Amino acid sequence: MILIPQVFQRGLNEVTKEYKTITEIAGPLIFLEKTEPVSYNELVNITLPDGTTKRGQVLDTSHDKVVVQVFEGTGGLNRQCGVRFTGETIKLPVSKDMLGRILSGSGEPLDGGPRIIPEDRLDINGAAINPFSRMPPKDFIQTGISTIDGTNTLVRGQKLPIFSGSGLPHNEIALQIARQAKVPGSEEDFAVVFAAMGITNEEAQYFMQDFERTGALERAVVFLNLANDPAVERLITPRMALTAAEYLAYEHDMHVLVILTDITNYCEALRQMGAAREEVPGRRGYPGYMYTDLASLYERAGVIKGRKGSVTQFSILSMPGDDITHPIPDLSGYITEGQIVISRELHRKGIYPPINVLPSLSRLMNSGIGEGRTREDHKAVSDQMYAAYAEGKDLRGLVAIVGKDALSDRDKKLLEFADMFEDRFVRQGVDEDRDIETTLAIAWDLLAELPESLLVRVDNKFIEKYHPAHKK
Amino acid sequence: MVTKGEIYRISGPVVTVQGINTSMYDVVKVGNEGLMGEVIGIEKDKSIVQVYEETAGIKPGEPVENTGLPLSVELGPGLIESIYDGIQRPLPILKDKMGDFIERGVTADGLDHEKLWEFKPVVKAGDKVSGGVVIGTVQETPNVEHRVMVPPNVSGTVDEIKSGEFTVLDTVCTLTDGKEIQMMQKWPVRMPRPVNKKLTPNVPLITGQRILDGLFPVAKGGTAAIPGPFGSGKTVTQQQLAKWSDTEIVVYIGCGERGNEMADVLTEFPELEDPKTGRPLMERTVLIANTSNMPVAAREASVYTGITIAEYYRDMGYDVSLMADSTSRWAEAMREISSRLEEMPGEEGYPAYLSARLSEFYERAGRVESLAGLGGSITIIGAVSPPGGDFSEPVTQNTLRIVKVFWALDAKLAQRRHFPSINWLNSYSLYTKGLTDWYNENVSPDWVKLRDNAMDLLQQESELQDIVQLVGSDALPPDQQLTLEITRLIREIFLQQNAFHPVDTFCPMDRQFKLMDTIQKFGDKAHAALDSGVMINDIIKLESKDELSKVRFDDDFDGALKVVLDKMDKEFDSLKSDTYSSGVSEGAE
Ligand SMILES: Nc1ncnc2c1ncn2[C@@H]1O[C@H](COP(=O)(O)OP(=O)(O)O)[C@@H](O)[C@H]1O
Ligand SMILES: [Mg+2]
Repeated sequence: MILIPQVFQRGLNEVTKEYKTITEIAGPLIFLEKTEPVSYNELVNITLPDGTTKRGQVLDTSHDKVVVQVFEGTGGLNRQCGVRFTGETIKLPVSKDMLGRILSGSGEPLDGGPRIIPEDRLDINGAAINPFSRMPPKDFIQTGISTIDGTNTLVRGQKLPIFSGSGLPHNEIALQIARQAKVPGSEEDFAVVFAAMGITNEEAQYFMQDFERTGALERAVVFLNLANDPAVERLITPRMALTAAEYLAYEHDMHVLVILTDITNYCEALRQMGAAREEVPGRRGYPGYMYTDLASLYERAGVIKGRKGSVTQFSILSMPGDDITHPIPDLSGYITEGQIVISRELHRKGIYPPINVLPSLSRLMNSGIGEGRTREDHKAVSDQMYAAYAEGKDLRGLVAIVGKDALSDRDKKLLEFADMFEDRFVRQGVDEDRDIETTLAIAWDLLAELPESLLVRVDNKFIEKYHPAHKK
Repeated sequence: MVTKGEIYRISGPVVTVQGINTSMYDVVKVGNEGLMGEVIGIEKDKSIVQVYEETAGIKPGEPVENTGLPLSVELGPGLIESIYDGIQRPLPILKDKMGDFIERGVTADGLDHEKLWEFKPVVKAGDKVSGGVVIGTVQETPNVEHRVMVPPNVSGTVDEIKSGEFTVLDTVCTLTDGKEIQMMQKWPVRMPRPVNKKLTPNVPLITGQRILDGLFPVAKGGTAAIPGPFGSGKTVTQQQLAKWSDTEIVVYIGCGERGNEMADVLTEFPELEDPKTGRPLMERTVLIANTSNMPVAAREASVYTGITIAEYYRDMGYDVSLMADSTSRWAEAMREISSRLEEMPGEEGYPAYLSARLSEFYERAGRVESLAGLGGSITIIGAVSPPGGDFSEPVTQNTLRIVKVFWALDAKLAQRRHFPSINWLNSYSLYTKGLTDWYNENVSPDWVKLRDNAMDLLQQESELQDIVQLVGSDALPPDQQLTLEITRLIREIFLQQNAFHPVDTFCPMDRQFKLMDTIQKFGDKAHAALDSGVMINDIIKLESKDELSKVRFDDDFDGALKVVLDKMDKEFDSLKSDTYSSGVSEGAE
């Protein structure tokens, strides 16, 4: 097989006209005049006076003016730079040999290994899956974490981000899931695609070491755009990662788990670009099209009828100021199929994993659980625990005012339930891999502490079959 | 009037064209691939076009052609059971032509032009016909009789009418003036189809959802909005309405939302039965899916495509329900296009015409008398997705100024898995009064009183809860404690409803009445018992009350209810005799 040049090089090798007509440089943008017709979104190569090159993409094009965003930033650029238009959109060279490789945020090898010999070159923007071709995801993924499996079940092909905050153990949780996730009873091919966007080197190392320790790296493709890499590059890193994931899933029948971290850094880059283009900003300065833009990432998860592989997204998003109504978590929550919310309060109490189930949600849970998937009583048990925990948690506030003695018997039981729930159901070890039966058994042990008359969400037939007091 | 020009500028979905003569809303073919677009602005010699497909790779200088026609949909047999994108391209055909991913540059007719339909005439030569008059019927699905109508702007005397198998393009009727009528009509989506007159909605849309039918009903031909933060139940509620409403046609628009949700509908609806006809729900449903990652201009159009199809069935004399999930994504599409046009932004960057567009849309709902005098209706139910769940934002506010029913979703309720998480204190329906007669005749003369009483108790509960937050519930006098117990029954048994439970998912009106009536009975008996000296704690301990909460899950609802009612009677009787005997013995000491 011949060696085809990497991501951006094709344009360079072709003889295309070089323009020296930059009129303006503003932030990450350059403006050019008097070009031949240039196509929208095409890839651009810019040659600096010292011979180095940078890459960019056309954002606006007309007969008079072309606007280009420069991925590596405009540092060092001046009006003498040469600009070449490559005539094509950004493509990622893909191959099964990407597994085990570490690439930069724009797809160049960082691990000292050879260039990837591509089997194909794919447009990193992908294309929307025809909704008619989608297969509703329904295969239960057991993560071994009770608060996920028991009450916010993940299924194959779902997009379920972790909403976290600075200093919270979201990386530990993501790694625990990457280590433990399996579809019970299935031995299919899986892979992990990990894309770092603007995280620190130390954080990235933390992931890499865990991948190496567990041997996961062999089954992983890693894209690294670190905090000191150009922010604009962050706009293409997740698209490269998802392109690689789709390729492995749909061309090589693999079940791919994509971890993008941190979505918030991606959105900051988006905001920065918007500001540079002097667009009318939307809420809190983020572009009005951020919903659509994020959807173009998140919606690239799924299962397609008649294809074996799948793309599951488990991304990390740190909520600025722990505020779930901030535009980044807010717009994400409107697109993703639920969210796992990490709580500072539980973390302070020393509970790992500090997952607050109340604001957490898995929208695809209902199709992944129940008879023949997990267990027939799963849904009822989960609903009942939510209701009891929510009420018990509310009562904590009341107790602080009126004291425990003013509570009715019913309320006292609920209050105790909330504590037990956090201590026995939520809390577990970093390497503790609970199967679903164990998770449900813990749940029933907790529910058994409540008077049976409180179990209004559970059908009698399940109480008779699974309640410790009835079970034969 | 086909004219040609060329692309001057491309910025995302907005393309500026020069050297072409256009009118507003003309459909144009853009670039070498002939991508479909629509003229949305004209500035001097340049036309501004929103393009319904991806524009990456397109260059200034590529050709543009004006079709001279406005954006229209094809109306005729074959709409039902279809799934379209925002500009009425059937998704199964796009899949056949392009595979699993939506590429661009493919056109596809909204209706199958080759399929033969059995046309049965209902007029004869010599009959005078005019716009909206039904000239024949086609059994479109086992569930839906398609009534082929004279297009709105046509009238005359029938010269010849055919009978037999035809395609939608074949002429089935000729008028004496030579005018030919086919089964298919085209209608520009941005123009409402005309009607004779609008009537006041006076029949409720029965949804089988207790909190909706019971407390905040929408009338057939009415408008409702369901705003709520993410995860609070907008989509599930809309899907429940699409499934269980006693409507004849459903148009469901997935506007800028998830692909999997549409895939869900596509797999579920063919399996579920319409409670009225027993036929698969799909046989009364038209789906429009322009998901969040599909082109934003087509998202803008999707709402118009949907409402025009709804109007067409309304004109046949049907009750149609239209769900739009979510109108906020539609508004955002307008905002995105508007900002590319560099229009002066209004509130939160939305265009100044946001409110006008929303009213125009909801105005297309209504109970009407069609051009031919048939009675039909369109009920519109729009989901709203306010940023941060804050209802003070422009889309929610502008919508609430228009619609008559407000179902306020509440994240707090959703978090504790109280579903549907519709807040009973903030929600309202302006139709309740106008529907009273209907309830008296069709449910029970007691229904309105029962309902008002329940609302009243819930109001009291919220006030009592404020006190409880300060002193604890044990400090309340027994009768108030009892009120809290009764309202808990209302909340947990009546208001809560599990969409995923095979029985609970749909609750007919008579069951709703019986449940509410039983709770009221319990309340009455409990208050009487309390007055006669029974301790509140003994009342709270009654088992029949807890058992009532499971009746709604029972296949044999009436049987289960009877068991509970009998037990309730017994339990209260024994409470009475206990008090009596203890009272007697105390007195004797
Ligand atoms: N009536 C209901 N019964 C049971 N569960 C519900 C109901 N309504 C909502 N839910 C739950 O809430 C989740 C989110 O609901 P959804 O309608 O998708 O929210 P939204 O569209 O407002 O984001 C669903 O996945 C489901 O688990
Ligand atoms: Mg929704």
